[in-house]
Amino acid sequence: MASVSSAVDAVAVERASPVVRLASVDVSFPEPNGGVFKAVSDASLDVSAHEFVAIVGPTGCGKSTLLNCAAGLLKPATGRVEIFGAPLAGLNRNAGYLFQQDALMPWKTARENVALALEIAGVKSSEAHERAQAWLTRVGLKSFGDRYSHQLSGGQRKRVGLAQVLIRDPKILLMDEPFGPLDAQTRLIMGNVLLELWGQDKKAVMFVTHDLEEAIALADRVIIMSAGPEARIIGDHRIDIARPRDISEVRLQPRFHDLHKLIWGQLKSEVVKAYGGEIG
Amino acid sequence: MTGGTIGRIKLLALQALVAVVALLFWHFASTVPIGGGAGAKPWYILPEFFFSQPLKVGERVVELFATGKIWKHLWITLLEGTLAFVIGSALGIVLGFWFARRPLLSAVFDPYIKMMNALPRVILAPIFMLWFGLGIWSKVVLGVTLVFFIVFFNVYQGVKEVNPVILSNARMLGMSDRQLLRHVYWPSAMSWMFSSLHTSVGFAIIGAVVGEYLGASAGLGYLIHQYEGVFDITGVLAGMVILMAFVLIIDWIVTVVERRLLKWRPPVQQS
Repeated sequence: MASVSSAVDAVAVERASPVVRLASVDVSFPEPNGGVFKAVSDASLDVSAHEFVAIVGPTGCGKSTLLNCAAGLLKPATGRVEIFGAPLAGLNRNAGYLFQQDALMPWKTARENVALALEIAGVKSSEAHERAQAWLTRVGLKSFGDRYSHQLSGGQRKRVGLAQVLIRDPKILLMDEPFGPLDAQTRLIMGNVLLELWGQDKKAVMFVTHDLEEAIALADRVIIMSAGPEARIIGDHRIDIARPRDISEVRLQPRFHDLHKLIWGQLKSEVVKAYGGEIG
Repeated sequence: MTGGTIGRIKLLALQALVAVVALLFWHFASTVPIGGGAGAKPWYILPEFFFSQPLKVGERVVELFATGKIWKHLWITLLEGTLAFVIGSALGIVLGFWFARRPLLSAVFDPYIKMMNALPRVILAPIFMLWFGLGIWSKVVLGVTLVFFIVFFNVYQGVKEVNPVILSNARMLGMSDRQLLRHVYWPSAMSWMFSSLHTSVGFAIIGAVVGEYLGASAGLGYLIHQYEGVFDITGVLAGMVILMAFVLIIDWIVTVVERRLLKWRPPVQQS
């Protein structure tokens, strides 16, 4: 019940403070040899209401680490995490989180998985199932409700995951390379599904990806992180391409190319750095 | 089991052929003399005293059912096996959960659990006989010690190896600890337990039959032991045939139950 009252408080301060504020966040992990691995160093980021922010960086740079701080799954070593102006303690109850890997419960059908998100909040089972079916229809899986996870394709599982997260109507949407495991065509389609759903109420989004094209096509702002360890935020670019966008068509616009060239110039050296150690 | 290229009917015919050939060999080797005769004692490849004859074994099986003598023994073995399975599983589930959620507890008891599991359970049968008497309970306890460890280790593993992404997702969806237990840990543990259902049910019956064999007043193991005591090889083989059929029927029931309970699982590829 604490989550409900904090959500109400959140509405009151929604206009005043950024939805998510990461202030001088450091994240470290203990290493097996007793040392400390500093993943993220001095990261500061504000996400405003209705803003779609994509975070891009080379592999292993701590993008997901930053996201997990905003989710409350990780506690930063130093620095502050604020949600609607209030310091975050425990899990972020205002956030929905879409994971990179499959996170559906394999022993439940697609509809049961989506409905469960409501049932655990105390919604009656019959009502939860009705609303879950409506959400499955919205993500284009009207007749797939009775399928189990292994009977769905990778893209369909992502759609179920999206419905499971959005049915709770979270104020913040956190996404960790959600379309990473999908093939190129399915990624385009899922990108459009996401943009269409997001366009209906424009929640604040933090979207982690290693794919710069995907980031520019989807987001209002693209944040660039440096190669790890001690990854920092090194770039913050506004994407001024008009909405509504179509993911596959937006890539043909000259403005897209200009932005891509500009941001890639910055990202490229970091990507080379990240791979440098491995390639020699 | 069925290969992709062999037809179902053809396979069944071939499988039946193996049984027919084996039975025919047994029949002729035990009824047609290959030496002796003319005053001397005839001799057979499979002398009847040691190997009986398939028709006689068949007759005995029919007789055991016709006179109704077998039902009591079947019932006792079924009862012992069922009790052993239910009690062993319940203990395994409770302790498996408890240990998996309490790392200190499992660390402390780890060597003792391994010791107990390393002990061949048949050795315990005489002790159980002493403690629980010749009735069904000494057999039930023997079966429990077999079933418990299988279920315990599977439930323990099931709770320990819950997919961390599913767990994080469930927590982000707002599940409380109790809801996590019910919607994530419990189904995961159950799926591990059900995957070992054939083994644990099999061991429950083994416990019952071995216990009866070592000392009892009823049950299939007892019946076979009785026949063996008077060198009635026909009776021993008839008892074995019935025991085999009994286990096959139970195994088939387990398969049906398993298919219902684990219908969410992707079908296993058979190589």
